[in-house]
Amino acid sequence: MTTTIDRVELATPSPSPGKGSREGKGVATTAHIALILWSLLVILPLVWTVLSSFKSTQEVLGNPLALPGKLRFGNYATAWTTAGIGRYFTNTVIVVTSALVLVMILGAMCAYVLARFTFRGNRLIYYSMLAGLTFPVFLAIVPLFFVLKNLSLLNTLPGLIITYVAFALPFTVFFLHSFFKALPGEIYEAAQIDGAGEWRTFFSVMLPMARPGMASVAIFNFLGLWNQFLLPVALNTNSDNYVLSQGMASFASQAGYAVDFGALFAAVVITVAPVLVVYIIFQRQLQVSVTAGGVK
Amino acid sequence: MTPDVVPGGGPKRSAVRRRRPLTFDRVSFMVVFLGLPLAVFVIFVVSPFVQALWYSLTDWSGFSSKMNFVGFDNYVKLFHDDIFLKAVRNNVELAIFVPIVTIVLALTLATLVTIGGSGTGTVRGLRNSGFYRIVSFFPYVIPAIVIGLIWAQVFTPSSGVLDALLSKIGLHQFENYAWLGDARTAMPVSMFVMIWGFVGFYMVLFIAAIRGIDPEVFEAARIDGAGRFRTATYLTLPLIRDNVQTAYIYLGIAALDAFVYMQALNPGGGPQNSTLVMPQQLFTTAFAKGQFGYSTAMGVVLAAVTMLFALLVFTVNALTGGRAPRVKVGR
Repeated sequence: MTTTIDRVELATPSPSPGKGSREGKGVATTAHIALILWSLLVILPLVWTVLSSFKSTQEVLGNPLALPGKLRFGNYATAWTTAGIGRYFTNTVIVVTSALVLVMILGAMCAYVLARFTFRGNRLIYYSMLAGLTFPVFLAIVPLFFVLKNLSLLNTLPGLIITYVAFALPFTVFFLHSFFKALPGEIYEAAQIDGAGEWRTFFSVMLPMARPGMASVAIFNFLGLWNQFLLPVALNTNSDNYVLSQGMASFASQAGYAVDFGALFAAVVITVAPVLVVYIIFQRQLQVSVTAGGVK
Repeated sequence: MTPDVVPGGGPKRSAVRRRRPLTFDRVSFMVVFLGLPLAVFVIFVVSPFVQALWYSLTDWSGFSSKMNFVGFDNYVKLFHDDIFLKAVRNNVELAIFVPIVTIVLALTLATLVTIGGSGTGTVRGLRNSGFYRIVSFFPYVIPAIVIGLIWAQVFTPSSGVLDALLSKIGLHQFENYAWLGDARTAMPVSMFVMIWGFVGFYMVLFIAAIRGIDPEVFEAARIDGAGRFRTATYLTLPLIRDNVQTAYIYLGIAALDAFVYMQALNPGGGPQNSTLVMPQQLFTTAFAKGQFGYSTAMGVVLAAVTMLFALLVFTVNALTGGRAPRVKVGR
């Protein structure tokens, strides 16, 4: 695509460099100001939340701009135990972890078969999964309630897990399909010649090769599942089984006027902090995943 | 599945058409690898969608086994249901404004980050742009319900930080102003919260798209004397047009849902139903009022509106000359 002539032309300096660089500084400064303003708009509400989480309810209601009189770590204890955030946290970890592991395994298996084997109905299955991606979950939610009820899975953690898996499956398959498709066919044949069965070929040859794709999908699925709100609110109404997102919602609404505001803010911090810390550590990988999996 | 399963459906065609013997390994493999995921998918995703179409034609309350086929009565009723129609209008408003503002903001920020740097020499981004990228992405990792709760607190009349700030800088008319409790501001404020939650993610996507453009294209534009603004509008935008279209569709679908945000900001639908959205109304109708047949009809309408929206975006993009001649992206 590039010829030597292009390169030579590129080496030519752009017209009037002196004027350009001064003007360039101005633009860069404006750009920085705009981005800093945006960053403040993102960070300040979070900082305010953290500060408020150390306040007493009187302090929260009194002067929202003031710093907390002292650091009331008790709010965190209250949120964790009295408000049940600890229990919701545990539930969420159980549900999200199990669903994530399951959907990754099932999704990878399904994508592998759909991508690398020809059989009747292959395309039909693939396209119906794609359709499953675009339909709003709200359309399914009422019948889903009764599907779970009939299977005695309503209001149980396993019921929630399997539903999470089912609804995260299309995206996982869709994403991994292209990964398995791209693997060279020779590798499969080599494995067969070496005497590996289908199972072994998948688990010891193909799956490890799809690792980058698996990592990206896992990150997306994790965030998606952690974020899930509608499915638990509709299908998991036993408050012992609440996950964090619905626990937070009910904590904020049920207490009405008698809200322990310090504890509410503490609960928010407990919900946000772990994911935010993990994000900051792994932000590079995450942004790469967004790039890889995102809008094409 | 049919037994004539052939491996290697991938790139290599020559090896494909060879029949393999049916061994236990092979049969168990297909049953588990394809059957298991499909069973889960069919039971929990496909069957509810299909059932929904049927339920929407009945007067089922959900709690009795009695169910009468009522044809399109539910749909007729929907079009005379003022509250639901208000919810549809709100959803449409959301699907128009939220994507536009989000995309404009995300594109602007992405452009600043990628080509906002020095106006001479190589086209490059700002110094320290990594910091802005990391921070902007924060909202994406915060659960939507929590985003809603945080902002609901910010906008609270007496204890919210916004009113306190505004009266501090002398705007005392905003002391005790209920942003979410006033029909005039509830919707714009809710939109703001959603946009706050979305921008960072799309900014990162657009940054990736812009980085994917061949740098030589930028160099050529610069040599031709195009400034940064012209480069952004005449060069970058057409080149990442497909990405913008996809982003518009994703955002529109998110705006047609909006359930989580609205539930966090105004669980009751807002003053005079000013922020009520279809999914909220569907949820109440089903699980609080027990009108399951009627509520699934709402679900069908929601699905139809969603598909109509996607179709509209595709059409508009095609009519306005989408699929611009793509400059080959060098790797």
